[in-house]
Amino acid sequence: MAIITVDKTCCKGCDICFSICPKKLFVPSKTRNSYGTNLPEARNQEDCILCGMCERLCPDGAINVIRSEDTKTGGEEKHED
Amino acid sequence: MNKLYESYIKTDSLPTLFCPGCGNGIVQIAAARAIESLGCRRETACVSGIGCSSWIPCYYKLDVMHTLHGRALAFATGLKLASPDKNIIVFTGDGDCLAIGGNHFLHACARNIDITVVMVNNYIYGMTGGQKSPTTPLKAVTKTSPFGSVDKPMDGCALAMTLGASYVARWTTAHPVQLEKAIAQGVKHKGFSFIEVLSQCPVQAGSNIHGTKDAATILEKYRTGTYLWKPSMAMTGSPEAAEAEILEAQGKTKIGLFKNDEEIEEYIAKVEDKLADKGIERPEMEK
Amino acid sequence: MEASNPKDTGQNPPEKENIKIVLQGNEACAKGALHAGCRFFAGYPITPSTEIIEMLSEEMLLAGGAFIQMEDEIASACAIIGARWGGKKAMTATSGPGYTLMQEAIGYAAVTETPIVIVNIQRGGPSTGQPTMSSQHDIYQARYGSHGDYQIVVLAPSSVQEMYDFTVRAFELSERFRTPVILLGDEIIGHMREKISVSSGPIEIAPAKIVSAASPQKDFFMGANSMVEGQLHDEYGRRIGHLAQKSGDFLQRLDRKILDNIDEITSIDTFCMDDADVAIVAYGSVARPSMNAIKLARGIKDDRISTKFKIVRDVITKGVPKTLRTDYSHLKVGLIKINTVWPFPEEQLVRLAANVDIVIVPEMNVGKYCREVERVLCGKRVVSMPKSGGDIHTPGEILDRIVEETGLKQEVGDRE
Repeated sequence: MAIITVDKTCCKGCDICFSICPKKLFVPSKTRNSYGTNLPEARNQEDCILCGMCERLCPDGAINVIRSEDTKTGGEEKHED
Repeated sequence: MNKLYESYIKTDSLPTLFCPGCGNGIVQIAAARAIESLGCRRETACVSGIGCSSWIPCYYKLDVMHTLHGRALAFATGLKLASPDKNIIVFTGDGDCLAIGGNHFLHACARNIDITVVMVNNYIYGMTGGQKSPTTPLKAVTKTSPFGSVDKPMDGCALAMTLGASYVARWTTAHPVQLEKAIAQGVKHKGFSFIEVLSQCPVQAGSNIHGTKDAATILEKYRTGTYLWKPSMAMTGSPEAAEAEILEAQGKTKIGLFKNDEEIEEYIAKVEDKLADKGIERPEMEK
Repeated sequence: MEASNPKDTGQNPPEKENIKIVLQGNEACAKGALHAGCRFFAGYPITPSTEIIEMLSEEMLLAGGAFIQMEDEIASACAIIGARWGGKKAMTATSGPGYTLMQEAIGYAAVTETPIVIVNIQRGGPSTGQPTMSSQHDIYQARYGSHGDYQIVVLAPSSVQEMYDFTVRAFELSERFRTPVILLGDEIIGHMREKISVSSGPIEIAPAKIVSAASPQKDFFMGANSMVEGQLHDEYGRRIGHLAQKSGDFLQRLDRKILDNIDEITSIDTFCMDDADVAIVAYGSVARPSMNAIKLARGIKDDRISTKFKIVRDVITKGVPKTLRTDYSHLKVGLIKINTVWPFPEEQLVRLAANVDIVIVPEMNVGKYCREVERVLCGKRVVSMPKSGGDIHTPGEILDRIVEETGLKQEVGDRE
């Protein structure tokens, strides 16, 4: 379980997150980001496996994943290869 | 905004000048995570040259020197010698490092000076609008090779190893975890560390070099078009060597850790040892 | 120039107890750097500056500093900028072709306000030119060598003592104004040996730790998160190269930083200017024959020439037999020796040359600096006296030229 947010001021709409999420949680939303393209949104966040690939592969640091049980360590999780 | 990104990036300078889908942002995050994992933020400075990839450290909340085209390693050498106990990370591109900065690269490798170089290879001159670079593949059409490139692309990793760099690795933006680990290892390593990152430039290299302008597709190509190199592949006659040969014939690029030699003496240590050998005591470097 | 000469402006000699020592010009420069607290030297060997890198390859390490022989002069100039941000006062030394290679780094140092010292021991050019001969060919390159608009401070020593003093001064000025400073010597001064007076210990020069009062930028590893940026930038190092108004303001500030302090920067020595009708404006090695010309004309005895160095006198008078037959005593000649050739000391020169009618500018090039003199002394007769090829002017040549220009020739018959 996680809280996944996409920052609309950072996102440039490259769409990398759509394909690299193993659970395919990201889908285009109707909201526009500051770049003028579609802002992704994370659906079904309860399915998130906390692999963190979206955080690592978003070139603009727009995506933040917070473990819902421990909001303090947000974005700091260690990941295995 | 990503929390780690927010703590490392000057948010008032956003958005970055990277195009949507550019691999530089991925390298930027990987390097920030590496520095964070080592807990050496205060002891780390970054130096870069000119080009898209040289903008990577410019957004960091660190001491950063954004220098001249090709000269990052020369600046970094001076900075390292003046502050030998600090970590210097150089961000450079394929053109910056291998073309205009080639000579500095050769000599920095040969000295084995304790600098970590992250060379972001996007196969193109992106900032100037898509001209041929030293790593542009043969026959690739670019703005300055309209009939297809005739120059054999350079292999920065092979060059670095030949000349005496003691840590050499190649990863891609599709391998962010390994990349972060390699940068952390490189910073910790005493000696010249060269980490090549195959990166995507969807805008300038996209259609002509990768056949697509979609960043995610290029990332997928990096996953499928590479193979993990193992030390046994270097042994002629071994089954692994035969396997590597087949993979190369399929046009796959080897990635992984190619060299990690702690035995090669680092440049500043060499100088200090030489002075100690001669029985020369000298005053502490004042700050 | 001898220490007894009256100095109109310029720095005081180091106050520490001084030691007398015979040194070569290049060695004096290296020694001056060490005394000024230079603790980083990067260089590449090139004639006729090689003695500096040779001496510092040993002495810099012994002094607790860092020395590195880089792969070329481009890298040398870049490395000293890197080292300066690492907190070490830094210097490099080169000559013509190497100086050309350093130009991009000089521009970078100017725009990033990095205090560095670059020594150019001039040889003849262009290109490989005359590696073993002297010249003043690089006087414009020292000012305008790098692309773009910038100000720079250039010092031109004319003796071994000045090689030492001006090197120390170069570090002072570079730290004070956070600017690259060029020490523009030449082969004659670099390779000459003279007895000089040097400090017995280090000379305190406070390193400038911040870029400017308005800027939070500091040397690296002081927790300031400094951003050193070659693009035009604001006080936080953020690029403003795409903004016309801000960029213009930034360039103005760099200009004003030097030009508003020109009185503090400028150093000019004068000799016999009180009653002079004719002034010789000279810099670097050419100031030496200019000085001797004045001594000849005014009958000022120079012990060094008449007793110890008879050969020198012969050289001075050789090829100029007229010297022996012509009486120059009616010529009221004085010397204006410019020590800080750039920024060009316009107002000072106008003031010093106010009462002279004729200005002679001898130079070991095609007559470059003379144009600047002409520009500010436009009402006067400014005569260029260029000399190319590697030989320096003789005092007799300079005097003959003055006679020619004044039309006041007085033959006194054969004195022999």
